Amino acid sequence: MNLITHLKSRNKLLPLFLSMIGFIVTIIAFNLEPNITQSILRSTIRQSTPIVLGALCGILCERSGIVNIGIEGQMLLSAFIGFMTNVWTGNLFISVLAGMITGALLGLLLAFMSVTLKLDQIIGGTVINILALGLTGYFYTSGLTTAGKIQPLTLGFLADIPLVGRVLFNNPPITYSAIILVFLLQFILFKTTWGLRTRAVGEHPRAADTLGINVFVNRYVNVIFGGVMAGLAGAFLTLEAVGSFERAMTNGRGFVSLAVMIFGKWNPVGAWGAALLFGFANAMQTQIQFWGTLNIPHQFIGMLPYLLTIIVLAGFVGRARPPAADGVPYEKE
Amino acid sequence: MTEENLKQPGYFTWLNQLWLSIRVPLAAVLLALLVGAVILWVSGVNPLGAYAALFEGAFGRQIYLQRTLEKATPLIFSGLSVAFAFKAGLFNIGAQGQLLLGALTSAIIGFTITGLPALIHIPLALLGGALVGAIFGAIPGALKTFTGAHEVITTIMLNYIAINITDYLADGPLKDPSPSNVVARTPSIADSAVISTPEIALTFGVIIALIVMLLTSILVFLLFKHIKFKVKNKILLIFIRFSFVLMAGLGAAFLVKVIAPKFYTQPLRFLSYSAIPLPIGFLIALVVAVIVWFILIRTTIGFEIRTVGLNQHAAKYAGIKVRLLIILAMVISGFLAGLGGSIETQGIVGRFQPGFNTGLGFDGITIALLGRNNPLGVIPAALLVGSMKAGSNVMQFQAGVASQIIDVIQALMLFFVAADMIVRWVIRAKSKPEGESIKLTTGWGNQ
Repeated sequence: MNLITHLKSRNKLLPLFLSMIGFIVTIIAFNLEPNITQSILRSTIRQSTPIVLGALCGILCERSGIVNIGIEGQMLLSAFIGFMTNVWTGNLFISVLAGMITGALLGLLLAFMSVTLKLDQIIGGTVINILALGLTGYFYTSGLTTAGKIQPLTLGFLADIPLVGRVLFNNPPITYSAIILVFLLQFILFKTTWGLRTRAVGEHPRAADTLGINVFVNRYVNVIFGGVMAGLAGAFLTLEAVGSFERAMTNGRGFVSLAVMIFGKWNPVGAWGAALLFGFANAMQTQIQFWGTLNIPHQFIGMLPYLLTIIVLAGFVGRARPPAADGVPYEKE
Repeated sequence: MTEENLKQPGYFTWLNQLWLSIRVPLAAVLLALLVGAVILWVSGVNPLGAYAALFEGAFGRQIYLQRTLEKATPLIFSGLSVAFAFKAGLFNIGAQGQLLLGALTSAIIGFTITGLPALIHIPLALLGGALVGAIFGAIPGALKTFTGAHEVITTIMLNYIAINITDYLADGPLKDPSPSNVVARTPSIADSAVISTPEIALTFGVIIALIVMLLTSILVFLLFKHIKFKVKNKILLIFIRFSFVLMAGLGAAFLVKVIAPKFYTQPLRFLSYSAIPLPIGFLIALVVAVIVWFILIRTTIGFEIRTVGLNQHAAKYAGIKVRLLIILAMVISGFLAGLGGSIETQGIVGRFQPGFNTGLGFDGITIALLGRNNPLGVIPAALLVGSMKAGSNVMQFQAGVASQIIDVIQALMLFFVAADMIVRWVIRAKSKPEGESIKLTTGWGNQ
């Protein structure tokens, strides 16, 4: 396609426009206040990681036709199990793995409810959310200590580049893997047979079935792998970001990632861009609270990400088109 | 109505129907308690001891019973709120936020205005809270109709916004200025806005009066079911029937209340109660549940709302204003949640304090589904969950079980009620569920 016409469609122009503005603002800010700019950008990357992982979970599920509003619960329980494994074993690798397995098991539960039992998927997701809230609340005892949290991994000479190096190449492993997963999933969804089949199942399961694709298996696999993404997001919260667990610590991130998924038009790379926007809003929020010079009550600043989510949803949902069979249980004839 | 049901003639068809509609929720509750017992056992607690302590804590003493009724009151409202939205095909997870703002508003009206008679002050504060809840509920409804933003996400985001707003107000401009206060809370409301909890002395006479009232009501109801009136208007007919039931019941109650105490005057120490506490807020909740049921089942607007919930396209073809009704359903849903918050402020807490009413929105989902989305079914479901909440304190104290196990059991109840296939298989029930099934997942972008 001709590049000009390609860009002229408004869908492509908006992200380009936003990223250019972001780029220019960053350069100006870096010249004025190098340290603050750097810390805001680092915080942006950090804050966007769980959201983009949650959005990847949503994308995998919805591309195959399952609405997953249980991401919040998947993150929360994985964060808890990851933390508890860290308390028992002291091995961070096993702990992250435990978090991912927890996410996968909750994905299996969601798939069982929505594919096999054909429950209403929103109720199925709510079951997972409430279950995670109850289980973590019941089994959590305060005062547990761990061996530590995952440390940043500096990528050699790349990390010495001013600004870019400190922001992009001096992060802990889950943050790197989130970025890699974004591009990996973009490739899998749009360039491989499996991705084509997944999208077919999400758009028109009957046609896919006629062509010999096993709709049930495809949905199960996608929802379980989505659960792994959410589990990784949960592990990020307790093992990489905070280092400890609190009740209901996900604080709506699972739902924010759904908005991010819609904003990113069900594309991994698009969702990453949207997640960076949210990460930036969060980073600014903490920065403003840190300064304390602006006389705004912290509750109003705390509202910012949630308001942004509503605005994004209201502004973009009508224009973005979800997979056609999203949320519809498939009945074999 | 199912086929096996149609074949059975006689008086007990409605009883049979009642049984058919409650057996699945009942089995779901039992299954959830069973799985909960396994979790308790795994974590090293004797499940029987824990459940016994739970029951003791919910009903064992008069003060416990009062706490159960008080806990059930806001739950009835959040259950009604969610159920009403469900009927229109909307999933209102925002009952939480609507309830918070309602509770705060009624506290504001309660402590700023003084010198009003209680007869004006109480309803004023109640209505104020309910209206703010309705306005807050209208936002996701309007967003859905005009932009297509799905109410599940917008209501959850609005919950967080409501938490932030109320936290700010209770810790800032509206903070209790008394010198002894250090926490974030508003001043306590004026006495004229407080909803009281009178007690009915539990004598033999009253108990017999209640039983006779119940039996007569059933008898009269059965009788009038089989007498043909020459009244065309259905609503009038129902009204006549119910007033007969009410009259018969009240008459019997009056007779027994007047005559019986002459013979038995000693209070009956049943379950060590000396009196039955009767929170007025709970009574209001019961009345509101009946009104909501009436609106949904017996009015045109209720019919239209249910039609929109079943099939929007068909509703549009039938000339129903779908957009308007979706907003209206959310407004009523928010109104109910806000009213629940007001009653909690005026009847139980006495002021607004952040953190006193968290989680009620999620509870409303479980309660609405347990009650089969029927406004009248919400009442026993809310009583069940309320009794568990009230009993969890004693359970924590006596059996050493963290009270959060209640949330786990609640999630299991929700799962089993939603997965009624499993429950039907367990209790070997072949028939399809009564009433309309709920369909909420309609994708993100539809309007």
